[in-house]
Amino acid sequence: MTDLLTIDQLGPDGIREVMACADAMAEVCSRPVPKVPALKGRTVASMFFEDSTRTRTSFETAARRLSADVLNFSASSSSVNKGESLRDTVETIEAMGVDAIVVRHRSSGAPQQIARWADAAVINAGDGWHAHPTQSLLDVYTIRAEGRSFEGLRIGIVGDISHSRVARSNIAAYLALGAEVTVVAPPTLLPPHVEALGASVSHDLDAVLAETDVLYLLRMQRERMDQALVPSLGEYHRAFGLTLDRAKSLSGSALIMHPGPMNRGVEISPEVIDDPRVRVLNQVTNGVIVRMAVLYLVLASTASDGVAS
Amino acid sequence: MTGIVVVGGSLHTDPATPVDVRIRDGHVAEVGAGLAAGDDRVVDAAGCVLVPGLVDLRAHLREPGREEAETIRTGTTGAVLGGFTAVVAMPNTEPTLDSPSAVRDVAALAERALCEVVPAAALTVGRDGALLTPMGELTTMGVRIFTDANRSVADAALMRRIMEYATGLTEVAGGDPIVISHHCEEPALSAGGHMHEGEWSTRLGIRGAPREAETIMLGRDLALARKTGCRLHVPHVSAAESVAMIADAKAQGLPVTADVSVHHLCFVDADCAEYDPVFKVSPPLRTAADRAALLDGVITGVIDAITTDHAPHEPHTKEFPFDEAPSGVIGFETALAALVTQTELSLDRIVEALSVEPARIAGIGDRHGRPIVTGEPANCVVFDPTAEWTVDGSMMASRSHNTPWHDTVLRGRVRHTIVGGQLVVDGGVVRS
Repeated sequence: MTDLLTIDQLGPDGIREVMACADAMAEVCSRPVPKVPALKGRTVASMFFEDSTRTRTSFETAARRLSADVLNFSASSSSVNKGESLRDTVETIEAMGVDAIVVRHRSSGAPQQIARWADAAVINAGDGWHAHPTQSLLDVYTIRAEGRSFEGLRIGIVGDISHSRVARSNIAAYLALGAEVTVVAPPTLLPPHVEALGASVSHDLDAVLAETDVLYLLRMQRERMDQALVPSLGEYHRAFGLTLDRAKSLSGSALIMHPGPMNRGVEISPEVIDDPRVRVLNQVTNGVIVRMAVLYLVLASTASDGVAS
Repeated sequence: MTGIVVVGGSLHTDPATPVDVRIRDGHVAEVGAGLAAGDDRVVDAAGCVLVPGLVDLRAHLREPGREEAETIRTGTTGAVLGGFTAVVAMPNTEPTLDSPSAVRDVAALAERALCEVVPAAALTVGRDGALLTPMGELTTMGVRIFTDANRSVADAALMRRIMEYATGLTEVAGGDPIVISHHCEEPALSAGGHMHEGEWSTRLGIRGAPREAETIMLGRDLALARKTGCRLHVPHVSAAESVAMIADAKAQGLPVTADVSVHHLCFVDADCAEYDPVFKVSPPLRTAADRAALLDGVITGVIDAITTDHAPHEPHTKEFPFDEAPSGVIGFETALAALVTQTELSLDRIVEALSVEPARIAGIGDRHGRPIVTGEPANCVVFDPTAEWTVDGSMMASRSHNTPWHDTVLRGRVRHTIVGGQLVVDGGVVRS
């Protein structure tokens, strides 16, 4: 693996390779001193063109546990406003001598463009509405850690599919592993040609709950209200929120997941947040593990091996 | 004064019969086999066909205002290398071509052009969709096409007044109605769209512009053209439904013409899959079915003309993310070869759509798009239909390199271009 841009690029075998490596990383993280010299002397640039404390922190923690140096670059304003092209910015950072670039960008496709221009390995930490492959890998890892097999697993993804990179990447990952994926949303929160994503579609959460093994809730962005995509957050919660009643119709062995941060009272009722089926904190923990695996794999060709205990 | 004699080629209308063409005093002086050179300069056309000079109904020459992207001089250099002997210059310059003085300035700059430059003027002041430009005065200056370039007039009442006003200018224009060329895009529906709304925009996570943004505006324009009798031109048609609507309108006798850009005949939305902004255009590239319908529209004549929509952007602007990059591609030097290589259009139909029809629509049909026969103005091109070449954006005469054909092997190349009887491109090179 030289870059990680999308889940499609990995395919089922690539996903399994990351999972196997993540198992080794989990072992590292369980040690009293959770740090190995695997990427010592390597520099990872985290280039976040869009704010994201959680993902950035997760990546930086992962890099440090592998003893990589982390170079931090923030640019919340658009490159156009700065008068510098994306390519100029990337070439500037690369000239400082970096081995990998972790990129988050509000524009779909920016990591693909950067990968064409940069010699360094490029890891997509989320681009626009397009892809968020490390989120999907940590979600796969979390489900797998529960001992679930993906073959025939029924996964419901609820919420704003249209504007969600998490939804696109997770659909791709789950389908690649043989799961049955249903997206649940009002038509206004589905992309215009949702069938292109390959998942089944429902507008009725209650109709799919009982048949769901993993319920994956997406964050509802408040700015969608301004675009009149749903009448109100209250109406959204009534129709698509995980309420106490709905949690009861969900199977006892089901998993409830969310990429965070959760909007209490919108996609999930406050009284459901502490439900034992919720795996949100496991997802966060696994995020570091999986990102260690990804960093290791993209830099592995030149890394000295220090992972195996 | 000596002339030119083009030897060893044939006319595209009869490629099997070798003929020589003598050009003197800006006109075709003689057409026949085995013409003696005499004092005339011999131009080699072996293996080539002679076609009328191409006419581009829609080109963004950027000057004045954005000379870092293109100038009239560099733009028309590319134009003649591509076989164009006339181009219609879009008014979205800085300042906008919305006043007699701005049009006069461009006309003055065009004296340094290598081919004829026909300025189109704006429909509304500053292309802001609020106030009419002085269309009457501009018509007396020779302007025959009015357009807000890549913007639509959203206000239907204003569009109705523009069309009504235009119908009153036929006498001022000397008998032929002036042409209202209106970009069809319902702005609220396409707002924020960076590519065609379809399966590919969904996969790529890019906000799309739906085809209905075009068809709704086209429906409005056709209804207003029906009401007012205005001579309407529909530029860069992109959707299959639009072709059907224009066919219906023509069948009902509406005074409507239409064009499609070369890139819409060669590319589709799936070409955006790698997020290369060089495929970002307005209107967006649509589906393979749309492309097929557009080609069919050209073949059947529903679509009258083909344009380049030549839109230079400084190189770095295509190094922005897809949704931040500007729309548009350059197209002069690749147009003819791309159509020959990548479409099933016959050379005859290409010549009709890229020369004869656009010349007529632009009001320059007296001197461009003319058959190559004795007595006609000599605007013509010697085209080698079999020469293969690899497109290199950085080698274009344009100041900008944003060509979607970069690295593509195309068949067919312009060898010589004759503008007003002068040999301006000789052996693929602009004569200094």
